[in-house]
Amino acid sequence: MISVENLSKQYGATTVVDGVSMVIERNSITVIVGTSGSGKSTLLRMINRLIEPTRGRVLIDGHDTTGEPAHLLRRRIGYAIQGHGLFPHRTVAENIATVPRLLGWDEARIRARVEELLLVFQLDPGAYAGAFPHQLSGGQQQRVGVARALAAEPAVLLMDEPFGALDPIIRAKAQDDLLDIQRRFGTTIVLVTHDMDEAFRLGDHVAVMSHGRLLQYDRPAVLLTRPADPFVSRMTGVSDRAMRLLSLTTAGEAALPGVSEGPAVAAAASLREVLSELLWRGADSAVVMDADGTRRGYLTIAAILERGRPG
Amino acid sequence: MPGMAAILRLAALALLLGFLLMPQSFAPLFTPLTQYGAPPIYDQGNLLTLALAHLGVVCCAAAASTLVAVGLGILVTRPSGAQFLPLSRTLVNIGQTFPPVAVLAVTVPLVGFGEKPTLIALFAYGLLPIFENTIVGLQTCPPQVLEAASGMGMSARQRLLSVELPLALPLILEGIRLSLVINVGTATIGSTVAAKGLGEVIIAGLLSNNNAFILQGGLVTGLMAILLYDALAGLERRICRTAHLE
Ligand SMILES: Nc1ncnc2c1ncn2[C@@H]1O[C@H](COP(=O)(O)OP(=O)(O)OP(=O)(O)O)[C@@H](O)[C@H]1O
Ligand SMILES: [Mg+2]
Repeated sequence: MISVENLSKQYGATTVVDGVSMVIERNSITVIVGTSGSGKSTLLRMINRLIEPTRGRVLIDGHDTTGEPAHLLRRRIGYAIQGHGLFPHRTVAENIATVPRLLGWDEARIRARVEELLLVFQLDPGAYAGAFPHQLSGGQQQRVGVARALAAEPAVLLMDEPFGALDPIIRAKAQDDLLDIQRRFGTTIVLVTHDMDEAFRLGDHVAVMSHGRLLQYDRPAVLLTRPADPFVSRMTGVSDRAMRLLSLTTAGEAALPGVSEGPAVAAAASLREVLSELLWRGADSAVVMDADGTRRGYLTIAAILERGRPG
Repeated sequence: MPGMAAILRLAALALLLGFLLMPQSFAPLFTPLTQYGAPPIYDQGNLLTLALAHLGVVCCAAAASTLVAVGLGILVTRPSGAQFLPLSRTLVNIGQTFPPVAVLAVTVPLVGFGEKPTLIALFAYGLLPIFENTIVGLQTCPPQVLEAASGMGMSARQRLLSVELPLALPLILEGIRLSLVINVGTATIGSTVAAKGLGEVIIAGLLSNNNAFILQGGLVTGLMAILLYDALAGLERRICRTAHLE
């Protein structure tokens, strides 16, 4: 758990982050959104003390982060940034091994961990361990960047627009991978993005910032249905908020008990996807199937539309 | 064309070594430049010894310049040393603009004749290219790479040694190469203050009005400069290739 307490950063007379307090739950993904220059990166970097706050403090699992030298703190916190920042003169394996080396792991353990991560990120160790960053595609570089951030099994991972440079298809894939990894390692992730779709797709909680202040910090559905500020509605988008809301619920969560006619849809699909499928097929209802092929229940268009309204 | 370059390189090396090891066999070539039966080949000392002494002084000076210029370059690119950048730059620039001959004139009264004043003059003259290249190399490290290095938990020292210096290495090497090559030529002035070197041959030529000596001194110095430049450029390329820094 990360507690951010009344955190502020001033440069001269300008306040870049202004009294932000928030509690980030363990094993969750928190996404920070906001316009350019609203202080998102500054807030993120104060968590691992790449930037020292002017006021306030950060506690990780109850311990004040100022209790140890900043570089030692950072070895326990993963950090991935836009444009990956891989070391160009080091191989993929050496890049990933950076933090384990700093922590003094023995070579066998480092090798095993590098191999494990390459496999998790779908990079064949035989082909890629010895490659240099410039020999990889943008998507591969980005995956190595995240693998490097996760190498020493940090409990907390900070990501600053990690997928900003990727094209939409690779980005969607990277987001899916991140969700998998979060589930697999139980990492607490704080991610900064400009992309509201990304925020709604990944965030268990979303924080909206403007001019250095935290306007609202809540679950994505609450941001849509009960925005604390007109800026929050503008940020989350008014024109397609009903569809956004539908995208936050899965078919499995909304399935009604019983049987019905209609096309089969996956329990993991969002209501938005199910609605689109029904419109496309001209059907009124769908059968919700679990991944193992058992019936979970059914959904009707009316039941789906019900969920696209606030309150 | 690498084939052509290799042939030229070998030819230059063969010419240099041949002349230094068996200067007398080149006598017929130089005789037309002499008058009144003067010796066609420098005869007041061993050319090979002079060339090695010359190279020795240049390399010692370059080692000292490298140590100081790289150290200073590192210092002024740290947040704590940034305030010294203008001062360091001024000092290093003075080292370059103050003529080496003038440095000799100033230092001889202090340290006496011989190698020492030459070393000091070459040291001061060779600082600038290494210093400037070190600064550019360190300042042009990609900011994201540096941020990642700090974000991973490298200390300032670890970041410098394992990221910044390796990334700046190609430019630093280039600076050292420029400095060395400039000083191979400049070192000839050392002979005016009795340092052993190839300047001796040229000065002897000037004093006795023997064009053959002047040409020999110039030729050996020039060939050494070219070969050194070429060898160091090759070494740089190899280091950069193995470190994937192109
Ligand atoms: N070292 C600094 N000195 C002065 N001002 C700074 C400094 N660093 C950042 N700022 C200012 O602080 C503000 C917030 O910067 P920050 O990088 O946190 O914004 P951001 O929300 O991440 O923006 P973006 O979405 O463009 O990345 C900006 O207006 C920026 O100009
Ligand atoms: Mg930012």
